[in-house]
Amino acid sequence: MAVDLSRRSVIPYGPQHPVLPEPIHLDLVIEDEKVVEAIPSIGFIHRGLEGLAMKKDFNDMQYVIERICGICSFMHGMGYCEALEGIFEVEVPDRAKFLRTIWCEMSRIHSHLLWLGLLADGFGFESLFYQAWRIREKILDMAELTTGGRLIASVNKIGGVLKDIDDDMTKAILKNIGEIEEELKQIEKTFLLDYTVQSRLKGVGVLTKEQIHELGGVGPVARASGVNVDLRKRGYAAYKYLDFEPVTSNDGDCYARCNVRLHEVYQSIDLIRQAIAKLPEDRTLAVPVKGNPDGECFVRLEQSRGEAVYYAKATGGKFLDRMRIRTPTFANIPSLCEMLKGATLSDVGLLVITIDPCISCTER
Amino acid sequence: MGKVARSPWLLHYDGSSCNGCDIEVLACLTPVYDAERFGIMNTGDPLQADIFLITGGVNTQNKDVVKQIYDQMPRPKVVVAVGVCACTGGVFKECYNILGGADSVIPVDIYVPGCAARPQAIIDGIVKAVALFQERSDEHDAKVKAEKKGGR
Repeated sequence: MAVDLSRRSVIPYGPQHPVLPEPIHLDLVIEDEKVVEAIPSIGFIHRGLEGLAMKKDFNDMQYVIERICGICSFMHGMGYCEALEGIFEVEVPDRAKFLRTIWCEMSRIHSHLLWLGLLADGFGFESLFYQAWRIREKILDMAELTTGGRLIASVNKIGGVLKDIDDDMTKAILKNIGEIEEELKQIEKTFLLDYTVQSRLKGVGVLTKEQIHELGGVGPVARASGVNVDLRKRGYAAYKYLDFEPVTSNDGDCYARCNVRLHEVYQSIDLIRQAIAKLPEDRTLAVPVKGNPDGECFVRLEQSRGEAVYYAKATGGKFLDRMRIRTPTFANIPSLCEMLKGATLSDVGLLVITIDPCISCTER
Repeated sequence: MGKVARSPWLLHYDGSSCNGCDIEVLACLTPVYDAERFGIMNTGDPLQADIFLITGGVNTQNKDVVKQIYDQMPRPKVVVAVGVCACTGGVFKECYNILGGADSVIPVDIYVPGCAARPQAIIDGIVKAVALFQERSDEHDAKVKAEKKGGR
């Protein structure tokens, strides 16, 4: 009988871990230095928001839904509002659509810059982390100027938006995103061309196009493996009036994911410019919505991490019967577990970051 | 300013927050706000930490984790609850899985309000925590000294 000489051990990873700002727990089965299997266990941030939707007024719920996640806050609020607008069958005014698009792209820029910083921190490049976060503060200033909050915007309402962006603000936004573009070009060289960064990222955690299809990967993770999927092409909000092509790459490794997200920041800057140029003159911000919702609606959005799905069902009461949200990180966890197989223990932190995990979205 | 107040180490744990306060805590440590100018260092190791920053409320799954981290930290220690969820439970108070603020599991010394707490408020909380940490450290030293004297 053959004797298995290799020794397996299990290393618990998380929930409190230096590389993670958020708690996720993985049991890593390792053989020498190689990870054989990763078993995720989630639930450390589970609050029960879908349950809360059944006992809170549907108008108030908008502000709770925004607090599912502080990073994708605006897009969560927008997804909820679009679902309810679908039930009420109202059409949002054009200006509100463009304003939503601008805020969406602003939160995408801040989310991606945040991720670039965390990635740099993950491979131990501290100064690059600081540079990415320094640039990110500029977009937060613009969020504060236009909405009043740095992270939680609270400008959505069912039927439109609550605040307008005036001409002074658009000038400030254009000036700021110009500066961000310039400064990002400087650190882009380090992210993409630096020898040490490349040696940590290239060929690590490769996922092929077929694997992505099999595992159901979404967002930048899928696009980095050559899957051309971007729900903004669905044309919700004002995206149907804007001209853009999804950023894709074919390598499927950590370097490709970094490359895709970096170029998506430029794309978002371009989209904000287009949206500001086409901002409609009519300053109606919202249409009135009367009564209680009755019916069901299903909405898909492209968040900074990938596809998010919102489902709402109501039967004419003040409260919703069911609210269901499928978040992008949840869809990407199978891809992560596949990536971790065969990786060395030292790469685990990097690979976890590379899917841009948002645990508070996932667990709600 | 005493000796220990110049270099307290800080540990951050995300309870069940929405991430908003967490990234503001991180933003505090990066160049624009730079809490490190107070001699603070962000650490991931509870055994070496002096100040415990907790964001978000406590739920049934993470209450043991929070308690364990607190118990692992050496005395003297200071706990700062960042954001309205860590203070009282916030908007998630009525959720079925939320037990309440951080003080339902561990003693909290300083409460930082806000949703999400602004970096300026977090830095204010940290500075207050540093002063409290010095105070407790002096008390601890005096106690140890008295015990030594009594022992002889």
